[in-house]
Amino acid sequence: MSTNIADYVRTTLVRRGRWGISEIAFWLIAAATLYFLPERHLILNEIAIIGLFALSLDLILGYAGIVSLGHAAFFGLGAYAAGILARDGIADPLLGLGAAAIAAAILGFVTSFLVLRGSDLTKLMVTLGVALVLGEIANQASWLTGGADGLQGIAMGPILGLFEFDIFGTTAYAYSLTVTFLLFIIARRIVVSPYGLSLRSIRDNPLKARAVGIPVNRRLVAIYTLAAAYAGVAGALLAQTTQFVSLDVLAFHRSADVMLVLVIGGVGYLYGGLIGAIVFKVLQDVISAWTPQYWQFWIGLILVIIVLAGREHLTERVRTFWKGMAGRSAKIPETLPKPSAREV
Amino acid sequence: MTIALETKGLVKRFGGLVATDNVSFKLEQGARHALIGPNGAGKTTFINLLTGVIKPTSGQIFLEGQEITGLRPELRVQRGLARTFQINQLFPAMTPLETIGLAVSERLGGGRDWWRVTGSKREIIHEIVEIAQRFRLTDVLDERTSNLAYGKQRLLEIAVAFACKPRVLLLDEPAAGVPEAERHELLATVAALPRDVSVLLIEHDMDLVFSFADRISVLVNGALFTEGTVEQVSTDPRVRAVYLGESVDE
Repeated sequence: MSTNIADYVRTTLVRRGRWGISEIAFWLIAAATLYFLPERHLILNEIAIIGLFALSLDLILGYAGIVSLGHAAFFGLGAYAAGILARDGIADPLLGLGAAAIAAAILGFVTSFLVLRGSDLTKLMVTLGVALVLGEIANQASWLTGGADGLQGIAMGPILGLFEFDIFGTTAYAYSLTVTFLLFIIARRIVVSPYGLSLRSIRDNPLKARAVGIPVNRRLVAIYTLAAAYAGVAGALLAQTTQFVSLDVLAFHRSADVMLVLVIGGVGYLYGGLIGAIVFKVLQDVISAWTPQYWQFWIGLILVIIVLAGREHLTERVRTFWKGMAGRSAKIPETLPKPSAREV
Repeated sequence: MTIALETKGLVKRFGGLVATDNVSFKLEQGARHALIGPNGAGKTTFINLLTGVIKPTSGQIFLEGQEITGLRPELRVQRGLARTFQINQLFPAMTPLETIGLAVSERLGGGRDWWRVTGSKREIIHEIVEIAQRFRLTDVLDERTSNLAYGKQRLLEIAVAFACKPRVLLLDEPAAGVPEAERHELLATVAALPRDVSVLLIEHDMDLVFSFADRISVLVNGALFTEGTVEQVSTDPRVRAVYLGESVDE
């Protein structure tokens, strides 16, 4: 009896760490687009970068419950760090990525102490404030950042000394996709680890988390710092693959867009950011081709519908439908406990 | 007998209000001690002082002889002082399995572990099973906590505190709001807590107090009013007057 339960407990816990077929398929398809959609590599590159940026926001918002309206601060800092490094002659892309990650992580660590105090509203305002301050610094320090003209003269070297960036964006896309994939794997390990579990408990009920003996603030500082590094890497990827940085990387709409992307794809679900990025970019592409001036109207309308209809409900409906379909072809033994909590 | 938990001259003032008034209290090792008192007597404030959620104005708190007055709440838990809440404080979106697993892995220092999958360690599994069985949660382990019956949620509330392997367990009205049908299971579980855990029970329900506790302290207006065995306190006419009120005065 007892060993049965032990086995059940182990498999139920470890199940969350296992890769599902749909996950493997997702990444295989992503890799396949390197060959099958050569004329779309520029936009796919952007999707990979925004997906990584949204993944970073999901780590703090979806898994730790920290709201932010200024996540672009880290994205922008990463972009400028990588851009400035490349302009000043250090052309190795991976070095740039590392520098961007460290710079953003430092900013994340320092500002986390401001962000973690106060209510959600305070957090929104403080994060927004930090991003605005950074934007203005970048604007004023034109000797360093190029100011309103943007940072020019970025010349990237080949990745690992082997792969030169090309004008079709193929190397860029492969590079961004690989980096996003590697960081995704780490994030995925984190959310199913005991540390990730403690973050979810803090998100659900910080009072109780403390009563279980969890040092809440320390855990939040750690994830905020890590998420900042992720955002910094996303920014660096944009700077390196487009070889240009403008003040736009720190703009408010970046922070708002990434929130939008995450809401479209699903908060607290690692693929949410990636799926959201695909939907957002494709919608933007399609709608702006159709009505260049008013595409934001349609994006806004879709957002309102998604939030009102409740994405949770939508996916739940799809899931029950899917289960019903699967149930007809292969009967699931009824004795098995149903997985009712969300996985990954 | 050794003292598990002790306060010396504990005072908490909120502005002009004295919520805890010079309370010197001892909880003996392995005790089943109940703390009772009318509404607003300061029971919850006292618990919050013990767990470190609020800081005392003056006075000291000792856990197994060591002073913990200035210690942060989570460190007190790690030292072996756990509590349950009067109103369920659970993680609605997590399963009982994850909740217990969280508490166990935190205690074993796994909370900083970000690379291993939760549940890949043998000792954690072992303990989860033990706790799930003790608190009769084995059949709902993988349900969403928010979907559990209220009685099960109450059990989980105690199970989580127990998973912190406390030396001292503070139970804040464990049976509050539990429907009659699920009550028996809950009371049986509380009665079966191992004797090496000292328990302080804060309770309104006199049946539970009399069946569970061997000592009772009465708190009135923030101060300790009297203390004694169940026999002494239940027959004390002054206690009847302040606490049990007119209904038994006759």
